[in-house]
Amino acid sequence: MRRNGIFAKAFCALFALFMLAPIIVVIGVSFTPTGYLEFPPSGLSLRWFRAILDNPDFITAAWISLKLALIAATLATVLAVPAALAIGRGSFRGREALQALFMSPLMVPTVVLGIAFLRFLTLVGISGTFTGMMLCHVVIVTPFILRLVLASVVGLDAATERAAIAMGASDWTVFRRITLPSILPGIVGGWVLAFITSFDELTVTVFIASPSTTTLPVRMFSHIAQTTDPLVASVSTVAILFTVALMLAVDRLYGLDKLLIGEGKS
Amino acid sequence: MLLLFALMLLVPLLMTLVLSFNSFDFYKGIGSDLSLANYAEVLGDGYFYEIFGRTFGIALATTLICAAIGVPLAWFLNRMTPFWRSVMVLVVLGPLLISVVVRTLGWAIILGNKGVLNGALMDLGLIERPIRLMYSSGGIVLALVHVMLPYMVLAVWAALQRADASAEAAAESLGARPWTVFRRVVLPQAMPGVLSGSLIVFALSASAFATPAIIGGRRVKVAATAVHDEFMNTLNWPLGAAIAMILLVAIMAVMLTWTRLVEARVGKEYA
Repeated sequence: MRRNGIFAKAFCALFALFMLAPIIVVIGVSFTPTGYLEFPPSGLSLRWFRAILDNPDFITAAWISLKLALIAATLATVLAVPAALAIGRGSFRGREALQALFMSPLMVPTVVLGIAFLRFLTLVGISGTFTGMMLCHVVIVTPFILRLVLASVVGLDAATERAAIAMGASDWTVFRRITLPSILPGIVGGWVLAFITSFDELTVTVFIASPSTTTLPVRMFSHIAQTTDPLVASVSTVAILFTVALMLAVDRLYGLDKLLIGEGKS
Repeated sequence: MLLLFALMLLVPLLMTLVLSFNSFDFYKGIGSDLSLANYAEVLGDGYFYEIFGRTFGIALATTLICAAIGVPLAWFLNRMTPFWRSVMVLVVLGPLLISVVVRTLGWAIILGNKGVLNGALMDLGLIERPIRLMYSSGGIVLALVHVMLPYMVLAVWAALQRADASAEAAAESLGARPWTVFRRVVLPQAMPGVLSGSLIVFALSASAFATPAIIGGRRVKVAATAVHDEFMNTLNWPLGAAIAMILLVAIMAVMLTWTRLVEARVGKEYA
């Protein structure tokens, strides 16, 4: 096949510049020594990174986000793995309807989900609580895990399991020694994707978070809505570094393209 | 799990539907009566027409631009050396993992009146006064294109990978110029990907919240930010719920029509 010509290369370079521009700008701005947003920065200073420490709001919000994402991703994984096993290999009626239901949070616009959760939590009386927020996040991130685990369940070789059963292994042993190890990459990938989704979620959370349960994206959003100082840029830079570290770890474990494109497509 | 989804997803959505029929009084709060008054208010007011028109205009523009950039990019991606391809895949996918708030903040810094873009253009002498990009629909489209491009590139790339590479080689050996190969061979093969990518991009852009809220501010509202305003500022929940329901139905109608049209026109040809 022919390689790309000069025009194609220029196009790709421009594209890369476009994709990376806002990220570079945010990181650049966060090192400014001045009190306003400036790019390129006139000097290098860690002033705005020290300022994060003086704003406990952001740190509290980051801890809430971290806790929320950890619990929501883990709970959703515990729910999604049996569901994926049942949907992936069972042949009961309503299987497709069940899958459609579990995937449906991806189809409903997030604004609609946000107000629906707010209305529900208010009527039940747990609006603004961490528990309420956690339940909502479990619903939002489940489809991401289900999709990846389902892909690895479908790719599973049933013969190995039958062999184990024939040799006298109990159901639990088969699951622990055969099934679980073969779908583990899918589970890990799904968990990470769910974690990132929950950690970055804004549109739903902006409706259901209360001042005492504000997550990091919501905190940053309301900060940007009021004022733009380099403080949000330095918080963003820390968040970007955190994401990059996580991405590198995932790439080692699972392969980033596999995680985001989903198996079967590539 | 079924219980959780029934309780946490279906019940809230139904409650919202009911809520959109309730009355609202500034002093008494949300009433328990059912009427179409909220829908009549939204559908009878030019202000809301403007908001919905803007929402779908922005979504359409974003979809078209994403397709125009995504198709050639996915094609070039296919023709790269493995090393450069993995670099470009990282460039395409990486931003997906970074919070939309962070990325939009970047665009806000770039697009501001004293921002990076206006500064550069003025330094080059191309413009005399800053162009207004923040708080404009154009700015929202630009930032949304950035958020949505990965979805389009992935969809088109997946379609091209299923395509037959020898067709391109055949066209080339028969003396076709790159542009002809692109138009006559690559584009038709990429079409299924473009169509499914457009569907995702359009639906996500029409319901996007963070980007229009930050770039558009309070002046340039779209449906999602209008809903947020009714819920968090005006506190007229029933009216907000009615706007959200209209948005939901409108997006679903567009998606269904689109799928039907695609199936009727090209579905069999590409199946």
